[in-house]
Amino acid sequence: MKKKLGIYICACGGNISDYVDIEKVKDSIKDEDCVILAKTTMFACGDSNQNDMDTDIKENNLSGIVVASCSPKLHLSTFRAVSERAGLNKYNYVHANIREQASWAHSDDKTGATEKAILLVKAAIAKARLAESLEPIVIESKRSVAVIGGGVAGLKAAISLSRMQDEVFLIERDSRVGGKLHELDTISPEQLTGKELLNILEEDIKNEKNITLMTNSEVVGYSGNIGDFKLKVNISGSQGQSQKDINVGSILVATGFNSYTPADGEFGYNQIKNVITLPQFRKLLRNSNEKLIYNDKKIGSIAYIYCVGSRQAKGDNKYCSRYCCTAAVQASLDVKHKYPEIQNYHFTKGVRTYGKQELIYKESNRVGDIYIQFLDKKPPVVTEYDGAISIKAGDLLSEKKEIEAIADLVVLITGMVPDKDTSLGSLFKLPKGRDKFFNEIHMKLRPVETVIDGITIAGTCQGPKNVMESVNSAMSAAAKSHSFVSKGELELEPIIAYVDKSSCNWCNACSEACPFNAVSMIDDGGKSVATINTSTCKGCGMCLPVCPSDSIELISFTNKEMESMIDVLAK
Amino acid sequence: MNKRSAKILVFSTEKISDPAIDMAGLLKLHYPPQVYTIAIRCSSGIKPKWIMRAFEKGFDGVFIAADGSDCSFGESCIEKTGSIVERTHIMMKEKGLEPARLRMAAICSVCSESFVKQIKSFNELLIKPEN
Repeated sequence: MKKKLGIYICACGGNISDYVDIEKVKDSIKDEDCVILAKTTMFACGDSNQNDMDTDIKENNLSGIVVASCSPKLHLSTFRAVSERAGLNKYNYVHANIREQASWAHSDDKTGATEKAILLVKAAIAKARLAESLEPIVIESKRSVAVIGGGVAGLKAAISLSRMQDEVFLIERDSRVGGKLHELDTISPEQLTGKELLNILEEDIKNEKNITLMTNSEVVGYSGNIGDFKLKVNISGSQGQSQKDINVGSILVATGFNSYTPADGEFGYNQIKNVITLPQFRKLLRNSNEKLIYNDKKIGSIAYIYCVGSRQAKGDNKYCSRYCCTAAVQASLDVKHKYPEIQNYHFTKGVRTYGKQELIYKESNRVGDIYIQFLDKKPPVVTEYDGAISIKAGDLLSEKKEIEAIADLVVLITGMVPDKDTSLGSLFKLPKGRDKFFNEIHMKLRPVETVIDGITIAGTCQGPKNVMESVNSAMSAAAKSHSFVSKGELELEPIIAYVDKSSCNWCNACSEACPFNAVSMIDDGGKSVATINTSTCKGCGMCLPVCPSDSIELISFTNKEMESMIDVLAK
Repeated sequence: MNKRSAKILVFSTEKISDPAIDMAGLLKLHYPPQVYTIAIRCSSGIKPKWIMRAFEKGFDGVFIAADGSDCSFGESCIEKTGSIVERTHIMMKEKGLEPARLRMAAICSVCSESFVKQIKSFNELLIKPEN
């Protein structure tokens, strides 16, 4: 029976329609064979369009759908679900990617982007005409998750997964868990210290029976897929090195961040005595008693220079590190509580103590700290001055008037940079964003998933976050990893090979090519032919090109489907 | 050939290479728009007749964005994809097609820049007058 297709072309709120003329795309495809409905939409993934699709499928008795929008990695499952809800087998849905592979890739050439989008939609229509109803394949999924990184995000994720009854391997490269929590004092806004928070988490870890804690351990080998990952872990111990193989259904990466290290001479760092970074300052504060002394100098005044290594106008780190304004204000309040006589000067680019953290900024103003907001173009100049340090900057709030503070100590409020150990990212081939942190599929819609099915990311390995945000993302990643393993089985695409027995003359080539021993010989009415074991075939297609009589096809990637797409794209 | 942009068909693998090509778009790493991608399961499952059909129907070049050593179906992917290219090169010669019009490179899930670089250089090669 002839297919009845509905086509939806998404504007993506301008992400597509700013570069691709979507009305022209619609007009170019609306008269294609089998197309009975073609629409443009502002957001194809939005509730209202999903409802419209549901109604269209039912009212028009549609037997196939094409949505031309973003990458299928993002919304293939969304629109398959819409098809299913409307009673249409989800494999009759075909996705055309006209955002990542047209509007964005060719934002420099609107005509070219539009012409490409038209052909991509036509190719999807060609495939949809031939698409068949299918049922997914169900495989076993290991009920276990490897959490890599034992900082606050990894600890919280491991606890959360264990409480959902998943077996957890918590893998930490250091000799102890806690990560940067060891270096944190008061954490705003709850006023809990890093050590207190760590004690709570460590106590929870001890009480969770499903967690295997592996310290001094590093993942060095990786293979397999979602539901069945195999990891090789090197463990260093007093007896030397050993290796352990673990088998998990999902992997949660929470490998954290490094603090930015200023370049020599950056605001006097490593050149002027008493210029230190925020982590160094926190350590100093933690280890000081009645008096705050550094380099034998009693500290009477401190200048804090914000956004060092973040929000760089000229450098690579354009991003805001989110946690450091609050961390700086909190550290200065800790100073005030311990040493009320010390005067604090804050040189900022605009204070970002968002949400509840605003309360500590208010408190800081109340206790008499002085805030100077400098301009990107005129950052503070730090020089030695008569045994102390001079900090000069144009103050935005007093018509750029130059203001000078003399301080005994300068604290550079350094932001976050990606973990300098890149081995894990390379092993898993995890994509990174422009900021060099690991990249999620979509920051709003799929914020903890990566393009590698079954691998989630949490905490600051994904980008700067404060402790609260790291915990939130850890809980989210744990829930997502749990969803991959919780049922003990996973639905996979029913993409397997099949043999045309009439043209097959058994020659063994397909059997030799198959890495999964899924092809064997059977007798078919006195003739030897190949047959595919549907439970072991993984749908790689390696048997296809080796068949001399072209008797093997792959579901959804048949000769007809591939050739119809090639023909359309060649026009 | 004497045009600005060649028409190139890319076979990309849906789990590994296609995300890299998507990320090239996300990062606005521009490449010629007459580059069209068909996602496949694994580069070792491409039939030479599909490649030949692309040339027959008017594509100037075919680029196989292979998984290389990252292939989740196994390491034999590299050798098998190589064999497909080899066999197709013979078929191309028989039809009087320059084998250089079929190119293969391993494009991993983070190889966006490498993809764009490869495609741009392939495009340059294809638009040279002698091709």
